[in-house]
Amino acid sequence: MKMPSFAVTGRKLLPLIGIIVVFGVIAVITTILGIPLLDRIMTIMFINLIMVLGLQMFMGNSGLLSFAHVGFMGIGAYASALFSIPVAAKAMSLPALYPALAGIEMGFFPAMMCGALIAAAFAAIVGYPLMRLSDTASAIASFALLVIVHVVLSQWSAITNGPRTLFGLLKYTDLWTAVTWALIILVVAFLFKESSLGMKLRASRDNVHAASAIGINVVRARWLAFTISAFVCGMSGALWAHFITSFQPGAFYMTQTFIVLTMLIVGGPRTVTGTAIGVLLVTIATEGLRAMENSFSVSGVLPFETVGMTEILLAILLIFMLAFRPGGLVQTIELGARRRVRAAAIDTSEAELSRKA
Amino acid sequence: MDGVLQFILNSLSLGSVYALFALGLIMVFGILKLVNFAYGELIMVAGYTWFVLQGTLLPLVVVVLVAIVVAAFTSVVTERVAFRPVRSNSMNAMLITSFAVSTLLQNSALVFVSPRARAVDVPVFFHTNINLGGVQISVSNVVVILVSTLTLIGLLVLMQKTRLGITLRAAADDFRMLQLLGVRADQVIVSAFAISGVLAGIAGFLWISRIGSVSPTVGMAPLLIALIAIVVGGMNSLSGAIVGGFFLGTLTIALQLLLPQDMLAFRDAVIFAVVILVLVFRPQGIVKGRFATERIG
Repeated sequence: MKMPSFAVTGRKLLPLIGIIVVFGVIAVITTILGIPLLDRIMTIMFINLIMVLGLQMFMGNSGLLSFAHVGFMGIGAYASALFSIPVAAKAMSLPALYPALAGIEMGFFPAMMCGALIAAAFAAIVGYPLMRLSDTASAIASFALLVIVHVVLSQWSAITNGPRTLFGLLKYTDLWTAVTWALIILVVAFLFKESSLGMKLRASRDNVHAASAIGINVVRARWLAFTISAFVCGMSGALWAHFITSFQPGAFYMTQTFIVLTMLIVGGPRTVTGTAIGVLLVTIATEGLRAMENSFSVSGVLPFETVGMTEILLAILLIFMLAFRPGGLVQTIELGARRRVRAAAIDTSEAELSRKA
Repeated sequence: MDGVLQFILNSLSLGSVYALFALGLIMVFGILKLVNFAYGELIMVAGYTWFVLQGTLLPLVVVVLVAIVVAAFTSVVTERVAFRPVRSNSMNAMLITSFAVSTLLQNSALVFVSPRARAVDVPVFFHTNINLGGVQISVSNVVVILVSTLTLIGLLVLMQKTRLGITLRAAADDFRMLQLLGVRADQVIVSAFAISGVLAGIAGFLWISRIGSVSPTVGMAPLLIALIAIVVGGMNSLSGAIVGGFFLGTLTIALQLLLPQDMLAFRDAVIFAVVILVLVFRPQGIVKGRFATERIG
């Protein structure tokens, strides 16, 4: 495989540098303040940023909706846990584990890479036939994939402890682990979008027939992106697992899918800066609402339970966004790359295209 | 002989509920090409209406009718408030909207009723058996088969004989042509959502009387079932949904009998793997529809 060629000029790098600075500053401020709750929220946010960027690499560039990626996050989490849980703790955590696997113990980094590789390998195997499908069918198939992964994670007791909580993981992930990886993935997602593969994908997104006509192998391009993005999602799962340290298969199902999709859609799936901003805004909204939710339920002002209010308001926000600004906050031109006049022209032509699609 | 008859009855009863689920989902899919992920929540809404009204001494028939009306009303409201504004946007926007509506309704039930499952009073005679020529038949099976047969006949008459039904079938075949002929898109789509809601209400009553309780996530299983049934049966025709529903019902009962206990847990994974295989190798499903036009905007 030849090295992908990049068409990244200095000007195009500005948005990337800007967003890295913003998130770097957020991380530094969090460290200086040293509030444990804020630290926790921000760590989760950076892990979600990796997850959503992973999804963006596939969904934003190819235009195919995928529900399956949270499943890859789950695979990454469980697979990395399998490799990283200390041998001494394994008998407790996974009593029914196969003897061949019981002796494995790795450090965090190799375990994370193994988890991500397993997620990517799974995506590569099941993904190829799916990439041929058109929009509705591929969405249904990816949804079916999410359900399959969930059923397997919650039933394969030998390696996942079944629907019960898996515990015994060491807490390897802290704020700066998450920050470091998130910034790396920001660069990766940005370069991916500008790489030849990313451009082929975007061409196929805007007009699949024209893309095939100029010799792009659309299925192969989608498949490569699907596999790479599954790797990133698997990594986010591994980071998450070693931050939370005990979790259940339910963590990688509908609720998480909903939150991840909200972040992506609100920000703008077609741009990396938009995606990052979406993660930031939805995190702020979610945590603000949760704080309100908690104070309401403690004070008992409202006559009903308030747990779940956050999701209700997020869902309303999402529907509003889709109705009034379906491309997200940052639609097609990365934030900071000022080309307003052309941006307007491209916007209308893209809107026209998506209407016809 | 007894076992065979029992198997056929169970399959028919489960299959007919599944067929109703699938029909409700395909009513909307046929016209908008939208997989309505919020469809399961209509069943949940019907169930909660039953739960709220069961203390009021209203006869069961009235309660069920109200539940059906409420489900249909909810369906129409979601169309008006959520789906209509995004209809002209991309397919992905519609799918994600339906996912958001589903989350919205589920969490509303969580907040305003209870996160825990609530029992509904299923009439006692549902669980009794009647003796028919030496064969024990449970009343609930009879009720399910009767209700769903009547519903299917009603739907058939509606779709074949009335102006609305003909419009809906024409819309599923070629919506743009219909619009050119002067039929109002909004009205057709609203009626599709209303019928989808009615079917969800009826199927929801049958489903919840089977389970005996209602919870915020009760709609998940019916949604998945309907999804599988329409993919396997064929997404371009109503008969595909019916075939898919009965096929899946029979398959479920058969797997329950045949699969060893420790494999039973993976049953759903096996069924969903079948879905993906069908999508890849026979995307038109068992029943091939006459037309497969593009989505309307």
